[in-house]
Amino acid sequence: MSMLSVRGVTKRFGGVTAVDDVSFEVFEGTIHAVIGPNGAGKSTAFNVMTGFDRPDAGSVVFEGATITGMRPHRIVRLGVVRTFQNTMLFDEMTALENVLVGMHARTRVGFLGAALSLPGVHAEERLAREQAHRILRLVDMDDVHAVPAGDLPHGQRRLLEIARALATEPRIMLLDEPAAGLNNVETAQLGETLRRIRDTGVTVVIVEHDMGLVMEVSDEIVVLNEGRKIAEGPPLLIQKDPAVIEAYLGEETPDA
Amino acid sequence: METSELLQLAIAGLKNGSIYALLALGFTIVYAATNVINFAQGEFYMLGGMFAVLAFTQFELPLLVSVPLAVLVVAGIGMLFETLAIRPRKDAEPMALIIITVGGSLVFASLARHAFGSDALPLPEFTAGPSFLFAGAAIERQTVWIWGIVLVTVAGLTFLYSKTRLGRAMRACMQNREAARLMGIDTARVVMISFGLAAALGAVAGVAVTPLTSTRFDIGAGIAVKGFAAAILGGLGSPLAAVAGGLLLGLIEQAVIPFSSALKDVVALGVLLAVLFLRPQGLFRRARREKM
Repeated sequence: MSMLSVRGVTKRFGGVTAVDDVSFEVFEGTIHAVIGPNGAGKSTAFNVMTGFDRPDAGSVVFEGATITGMRPHRIVRLGVVRTFQNTMLFDEMTALENVLVGMHARTRVGFLGAALSLPGVHAEERLAREQAHRILRLVDMDDVHAVPAGDLPHGQRRLLEIARALATEPRIMLLDEPAAGLNNVETAQLGETLRRIRDTGVTVVIVEHDMGLVMEVSDEIVVLNEGRKIAEGPPLLIQKDPAVIEAYLGEETPDA
Repeated sequence: METSELLQLAIAGLKNGSIYALLALGFTIVYAATNVINFAQGEFYMLGGMFAVLAFTQFELPLLVSVPLAVLVVAGIGMLFETLAIRPRKDAEPMALIIITVGGSLVFASLARHAFGSDALPLPEFTAGPSFLFAGAAIERQTVWIWGIVLVTVAGLTFLYSKTRLGRAMRACMQNREAARLMGIDTARVVMISFGLAAALGAVAGVAVTPLTSTRFDIGAGIAVKGFAAAILGGLGSPLAAVAGGLLLGLIEQAVIPFSSALKDVVALGVLLAVLFLRPQGLFRRARREKM
């Protein structure tokens, strides 16, 4: 079933049309990649899909609810979460605390409950911590749970951001170039992690440059070029698609 | 000077310092949530005392009811102030917001003058009785109350920040507001609660000290300078550092008294300038690490 649909989205910046009438569907339980040469409009499309930018035309609908223009914390509560190209962690908090903040939207005890230390508070806090450890284990990071995020190496920072996003209990998770700055080993681990996440029932959308990763993990791929969708389908078809090959060969410095 | 005299000065320093600490905590909490120095903080201190006096003398409520009631009312006023005066301009430069808080401070003081008059208003000590004697120095019962209140407050805040969902949300907002929003945190609500909490802390300080000094509509600005100096001394960072800044400022003031008691009120400003010139990150914090 279609979970997220992008419907005729157009986004202009001044005279430049960054995204031009793009439509596609993301199906539940899949890993869906959005690729394209530099300047193809991937990041803009991504920002519109996550509700960060309002499109000039078209809409983005998540399970029947239009998320275009909705406030970020509401979108998260619906079950849509995103990460950024530049990691945005809470650097002075430990890895575990970062994940706990991610769980904010899903835990209930309010200000008064905490202030009065109602009986439910301790139980909920303990459950939250157990769950946070489980999430860290999912990305193989439980051993560094007490390390401040600011002291972690780049690869682990990216994984921690994914872990924190998972903690919001998303139905769908959108990752903006998750492999940026990772070495080959780390990229392979990332691919493994993404598959594990999909297998827990979370739909994954990635915007990614690393063609190896995309071809390996994706179930579906959408290719953008100069703001337009030029192809979509499973990896094997995309690799042979003449329009895609043309677009990538036409690029002076291919990234992949 | 004799040991007992020194001890007496130290006790006075730690008493005043505890009050500065509570105000410094208020400055620190609002700064963490908004990057704004809230110069209305001293008015919450004044209003705390005022509402306690009102509840106790006008409505003849018991002191044990009047005090917490005053704190709650002022916490509400703090949140209302944020909603009406700060939130509508929340995307403005911090400097514009700081000016708003200065204006708010003036408004609170004039309203208090109209509502409560311009006389100094007293409140009885929380528990009556003679002072405790300790190695030749006297400790007033109210001073013990003040210390107890500060201890409980700091313990409570430490618990809030490290062990609760709300505290984590507050720290998350402090470190990266954008990311906090993405994690489903309603940052507008966190800012409002921060103002309420800061106002409550100011009110606690004001209520605790009124039995010793009385309260008057115009005491807010003076204490705000002290609290601000203590907050800067502590580095506007962790709650513990704010408390340390407050206690230290109280002790420095008393250290000056044997030389010239007229200098006491200049100390806070001197400390403020010295810290800003020599160690702007405060005494207890490493210089901010630059992150990409």
